[in-house]
Amino acid sequence: MTVSVDSIRLGQGELPRRRFRWSRVLPILAGAGVALGIIVIWHLASTLGWVSPVFLPPPSAVLAALGRLVTTGYVDSTLIQHAGASLGRVFAALGFSILIGVPVGLIIATSPIGRGLFDPIIEFLRPLPPLAYLPLVIIWFGIGETAKVLVILLAMVPAITIATAAGVRSTSKNQVNAARSFGATHLQLLVNVLLPSAIPSILTGIRIALGAGWTTLVAAELVAAGRGLGYMIQSAAQFLVTDVVIAGILVISAIAFAFEALLRFIEHRFVPWARNQ
Amino acid sequence: MSELRLNAVTLAYERARSPVLDRLTLGIGKGEFVAVLGQSGSGKTSLLNLAAGFLEPTEGRVTLNGSVVHGPSADRAVVFQDDALYPWLNARDNVAFPLKLRKVAPTLRRERAERLLADVGLAGQGDKHIWELSGGMRQRVGIARALAAEPEYLLMDEPLGALDAMTRDQMQELLLTVWHRSATGALLITHSVEEALFLATRVVVLAAHPGRIVSSLDVSFGRRFLAGEPARALKSEPDFVALREQLISAVHTNEAVAA
Repeated sequence: MTVSVDSIRLGQGELPRRRFRWSRVLPILAGAGVALGIIVIWHLASTLGWVSPVFLPPPSAVLAALGRLVTTGYVDSTLIQHAGASLGRVFAALGFSILIGVPVGLIIATSPIGRGLFDPIIEFLRPLPPLAYLPLVIIWFGIGETAKVLVILLAMVPAITIATAAGVRSTSKNQVNAARSFGATHLQLLVNVLLPSAIPSILTGIRIALGAGWTTLVAAELVAAGRGLGYMIQSAAQFLVTDVVIAGILVISAIAFAFEALLRFIEHRFVPWARNQ
Repeated sequence: MSELRLNAVTLAYERARSPVLDRLTLGIGKGEFVAVLGQSGSGKTSLLNLAAGFLEPTEGRVTLNGSVVHGPSADRAVVFQDDALYPWLNARDNVAFPLKLRKVAPTLRRERAERLLADVGLAGQGDKHIWELSGGMRQRVGIARALAAEPEYLLMDEPLGALDAMTRDQMQELLLTVWHRSATGALLITHSVEEALFLATRVVVLAAHPGRIVSSLDVSFGRRFLAGEPARALKSEPDFVALREQLISAVHTNEAVAA
């Protein structure tokens, strides 16, 4: 007889008790441990004089700097204003990138001519480091907001375009044929089948694009910005205000992490089929 | 006369030694249920793709009620083996999809979809997500969706191929009922001889290299089931068993069924 004890218990209508799982908790504990370890070593390094506090202020100093940034600010703006300016640029660039990248991705995936037209441009842009074309963008568009948003946008568009095209191409042939056999026009096929089927991939593209956007932000704010997290870090670095530099880095990281989490939540909530297939 | 007809169609690919289908002629009348049997590679699915309009024949033509058809259209709705449902829509909206394409009003769409779901035994399951449904239930949704297009012909590419034996038996009976009620013509591609024999009014055997029809057999087990005879009894009848064995050997030897 090989009836397991568990199945007999379950048969009596008793719910299985949720067992505490080390395998779930361990990675979180390990992560927290590493973070804590870094903070402790960081603290020891700066307080015991291993590294000069000018180069590495202790965690407490960074925390204090963060507090000052929120209340009195740095280089004429508070942290909220700096962050607001940067968020404005990144999200303006993201908005335009979606408006450009999604349609272009659809065209690349559905039309050979469109692919011939746009694929080279995207493949040309994709591997370029933003710092390489930043000077050119400034020559062409000046040092205003346009140039800053444009540089970030150029870094974001390829990710969204490629993700959209990949998503469209991943639609199963039968899903497309089914719609055709029910009499779908080309436009109906695009709107009702290809686009929804590409949404999980587009969301992934947006996540990658946001990563690229934050990376490019500091570079974009290098030149003639009056506000922004990148500008704040740059200014602080020039005067060796290291605690503000580190605080700025932590803020960017926190914001980027928050949006990553938000996008994951959106994906979980609104495209549940992506993880259930 | 109402007929979906493949007229001397040849489907050939360049560099292939023999055509996939060679001057094949097959007519399906409205109210007929034609099942196509054949080994893998005999061109069964190509035959359906031609009838659906997903492929154009190299030679010959496909006609519907006498006029040549190009490309797919709602008068020939297709049910696929891998259900091909849309996971971003719930069961009801999947069924309503062909109606949406025809711009039927949302309330009417919903009503009709609910009715079709009930017809395939899924009453009240409209809100379910596709991934919450079992293989058999998905296939029911796929069938209801095809029927929503109000086709003249229902083309089915191994719709029960991925289901377990029990579900398959239930689904066969469902297919018969649905086909009878909707008064469509049906084309079923299958590799199950028993399924073909039980469902069809005509069983056609394809042979490969080149793809051609080697046998065509009129049968009536499905009609007798619809008239009230039990499925198990029909399937174990000596006639049924004898025909099944003949067809199995026809499929394997690529030779005609001895009359």
